[in-house]
Amino acid sequence: MGILFQVFRKEVVDNFRDRRSLLTAVAMVAMFPLLMASLIGFQIDRSFDTETELISLPVIGAEHAPSLMRYLESRHIDIVAGPADAEAAVETGEFDVVLRVPGNFGEQLAEMIPAKVELYLDQANTAGDADVGRVHDALFGYNQTLASIRVSARGVNPNLLRPLNIDTIDVSTPSGRAAILLGMMSYFLLFSLLMGGMYLAIDATAGERERGSLEPLLSLPVTRTHLILGKIAACVVFMAFSLLLSLLSWFVALRFMPLTQIGMTPNFNLPVVLAAFLLLCPMFLVGASLMTLIASFTKTYKEAQTWLSFAILAPTMPILIVSFLNLRPRLEFMFVPSLSQHLILVDMISNEPINGLHAAISVASTFTLGVLLAWACVRVYHRETLLG
Amino acid sequence: MIRVQGIHKSFGEVHAVRGLSFDARDGRITGLLGPNGAGKSTTLRILCTLLKPDQGTAIIDGADVIADSRGVRRRIGSLPHDSGLYPRLTARENIAYYARLCGLDKGLIENKVDSIIETLEIGDFADRRAKGFSHGQRTRVALGRALVHDPQNLLLDEPTTGLDVMATRSLRELIRKLKDEGRCVLFSSHVMQEVAALCDDICIMAAGRIAIHDSVDGIRQRTGRDDLEEAFLAALAMVEKD
Repeated sequence: MGILFQVFRKEVVDNFRDRRSLLTAVAMVAMFPLLMASLIGFQIDRSFDTETELISLPVIGAEHAPSLMRYLESRHIDIVAGPADAEAAVETGEFDVVLRVPGNFGEQLAEMIPAKVELYLDQANTAGDADVGRVHDALFGYNQTLASIRVSARGVNPNLLRPLNIDTIDVSTPSGRAAILLGMMSYFLLFSLLMGGMYLAIDATAGERERGSLEPLLSLPVTRTHLILGKIAACVVFMAFSLLLSLLSWFVALRFMPLTQIGMTPNFNLPVVLAAFLLLCPMFLVGASLMTLIASFTKTYKEAQTWLSFAILAPTMPILIVSFLNLRPRLEFMFVPSLSQHLILVDMISNEPINGLHAAISVASTFTLGVLLAWACVRVYHRETLLG
Repeated sequence: MIRVQGIHKSFGEVHAVRGLSFDARDGRITGLLGPNGAGKSTTLRILCTLLKPDQGTAIIDGADVIADSRGVRRRIGSLPHDSGLYPRLTARENIAYYARLCGLDKGLIENKVDSIIETLEIGDFADRRAKGFSHGQRTRVALGRALVHDPQNLLLDEPTTGLDVMATRSLRELIRKLKDEGRCVLFSSHVMQEVAALCDDICIMAAGRIAIHDSVDGIRQRTGRDDLEEAFLAALAMVEKD
């Protein structure tokens, strides 16, 4: 036990001194939720803006169509003076859209000739799509209104001009989009958990071998079981730090997301943070042992890095699959590590009651897998070929 | 005292060590001399219990490498080919880590590490991280690290390879000092002059076997060559004939 602790202590000190790897890991883990928060916040803001927000529309020759201008203003479109050259202004991106009303607009209208207005836009400029759409809709609305007035003046039912009543229903609500992103939260928690131990898992096996420190270490009067378990223990501690950092970062990030605006109240207070941490604890042993095991089969640090980058995607696979299939927790899912944690976490965050049996099975089965993998590491560490 | 008894070791098709037997006595420096691929490193790895012999065994101060591998490791200190220091730890921390792993008493560790630093004259850079050390500095620290548990037997795998003249000289002095303390030093090298300058007994190895095992003068007599390099080649020729 004493030796296990000494190995553990050395690995922790050693890795804390690897500032570059440490900072990279911390930055990745801590920055991600904040980035996500601003992204979601931006999405929500944008979707709220569209209908009522005032947009401004540069118009050339506004004086030729005063009643059209009034109509546009009633649709929250602010009329401003247009540029001298509409085409150039849109092309250079000075304006997303410009409306030009020719001088004979009033005459054409009076003579029942389809009155020409010109809408300058750049279809390659997707950022202007929303504004262009609204201007277009408003012009079409004005067109419909005038048509209705004209036919009813002649004693004809204006509904004759409306054989179809098209009602567009947009189901991609902002809350739906945010929910998908939040559903990925457990994916990122697991990812940060694994990331936190990756450098150490490599360093403790492929790294030791590459710099030639494995041979003298194994020549010491120490059992190899203690050495490898000490290394796994150090790996576990770094993973725990990484997970804690990620959880706290999400905790902070969620405060800044205007989720209540869209009727979402994610349940992510400190007790839930703690519960999530405890739920994910058995994953430490699974992750540390799995990564150590894989790294011990590789020849160099670089090779181990390549393999592990793939390997840390493996536990996140089931999560991706269920979030696309939208599966609900079931008893048999609880035997699958990472999947069980994801399903329980989603319920926790959306404030659903947690099935105690599910949680117990999840913890027990994941822990069992971790012990088996750690045992496999011990076996591999006793092989002669370990030295390469 | 190291006694190797008829060890064999194969890696797949390659029969690296074929029935090797020799003794290395206390208070003497025994050189394992042979060209690259002769099986020197494999032999040392078997003595460190990193590899198990396919046949035969080796006894180190009464402990058998197969039956009591941990007992053997307690009796040996090993300096591998690469010094294998942890670059982010200081020289002192590198030595102290091994001292703790060997289970030295907490109170004793500091004294022990201090005395090793003094003996090996590495005080100047003891508190610097190993990352920037020269090859010579690394080798000295690694040797110090191998001595933390006061092993009676020392296994050194080509320790002077790549060292400059000064570093080689001072390392030789150190190794002689360890011999004078009554330790058994086993030293591998492919450099004739190195072995001649340092060793009391020489085992010339070729193709996994011992070609000749004698004192330096004994080898001169048996091969009938005065020049050791000639003697080395003559001994190798004797193996080829078998």
